[in-house]
Amino acid sequence: MHAYKQFSALLKKEILLELRQKHALYGMMLYIASTIFVLYLTLGDAEAETWNALFWITQLFICINAVAKSFLQEAKGRMLYHFSITTPSAFILSKIVYNVLLMGIMNILNLILYTAFLGDPTTSFFAFVGISLLGSIGLSLVFTMLAAIASKAMQQASLMAILGFPIIIPQLMLLVRLSKTAFSEIFRDGAPLQVILLLLALDLSVILLAVILYPFLWKD
Amino acid sequence: MRLAWWKISSILLLCYAVAGGMLLPVPALSQLGETIRNLYFHVCMWFAMMILFTISIIYSIKYLNKSDLRHDIKAKSYAAVGTYMGLLGYSTGAIWASFTWADPNNPAYASFGSIMREPKLIGAAMALLIYGAYFILRSSIKDMDQRARVSAVYNVFAYTMLFPSIWIIPRLLPSLHPGQEGNPALNFNDIDSRMRMVFYPAVLGWTLLGAWITTLKIRIELIQEKKILTNEK
Repeated sequence: MHAYKQFSALLKKEILLELRQKHALYGMMLYIASTIFVLYLTLGDAEAETWNALFWITQLFICINAVAKSFLQEAKGRMLYHFSITTPSAFILSKIVYNVLLMGIMNILNLILYTAFLGDPTTSFFAFVGISLLGSIGLSLVFTMLAAIASKAMQQASLMAILGFPIIIPQLMLLVRLSKTAFSEIFRDGAPLQVILLLLALDLSVILLAVILYPFLWKD
Repeated sequence: MRLAWWKISSILLLCYAVAGGMLLPVPALSQLGETIRNLYFHVCMWFAMMILFTISIIYSIKYLNKSDLRHDIKAKSYAAVGTYMGLLGYSTGAIWASFTWADPNNPAYASFGSIMREPKLIGAAMALLIYGAYFILRSSIKDMDQRARVSAVYNVFAYTMLFPSIWIIPRLLPSLHPGQEGNPALNFNDIDSRMRMVFYPAVLGWTLLGAWITTLKIRIELIQEKKILTNEK
């Protein structure tokens, strides 16, 4: 119960911080809008395959930008304060949940603008929404852990991309493959379910690894 | 000069693998011809790479448990030699592919492109990218203890994430590379029994050679860092 209290207090702190410093949130939204606008101007109407691939690439970059700041904004003094009052697992779990929520909102915004500018080639849009939400959970989990690692080094932002891309490739490939169900591609019976379960298992293993490994990153 | 038993066995196994690999009979396949003998070198490099990376992660876990810098040096050295073995695996593969996959009617860059897009190579490339990132991460942290700790965490995290991907990607994409249904070389029915007689000793020999090189690297580094290591105690 105690750990849960800590976790919810930390989560509340994250959300409050975000709402008080709105410039970061607006910055993210503007980032999405301008990325999609550039895509629209350079691409025009995209075919389903290209549309799908570009959607996931934008998701990836949005995730890097949204999640990176979660650790970078923590000043050294504040980390020390957290160190003295909370447990590492409550801290990393609150970060994870907060980032998943943030990425979920950004994901919806991305979808709305993306379909508005680049059209909607999907045959079942709601399936695609569900898949993209599943994907945004996985992306934000992996990048939260990587942001925690990168925050200990110099040149954090570029380091996160270097550390993250090779790790995220398999998930991204699974997601691109899975989203083809929303483009009326025929799959073997049960294949989409298999991929979904695989992604969920990957998410679970990332959470486990984060809880196990974060205590080592945490002490300075 | 006294050598440990495993160093002697590494020399003997590699002598056997090179001589036997060149001379012993192999199945005659029209597509591969005598290039099939490259199996004793190319596939062994990947085996050695994965085994060395596994040893590296074991030392990383040990470091996280004990906070002894010696373990960090070992983890780093095994990762470095593993990466080197991976590069050798790439180059032996490139030589092999230039005899079997490359189409003489196409310009060289076209064959190069199709080889680079090969999905099985993507898995290997990811392992190398991850360890490239590992070394960049190390070089961007100044404080020794923190460097050791952070890179150990990344090593464990990346390695565990690499494993599912090595199993997933080959099954997702069509490929020219042998071992379509899963991982090449891990399927015991793929390989002719005559070749097994040379292949397994060769894997063992190359891996031991890799470990030998690593122990030399570790010894040099332990001498270089002697001051810090003795002050620590």
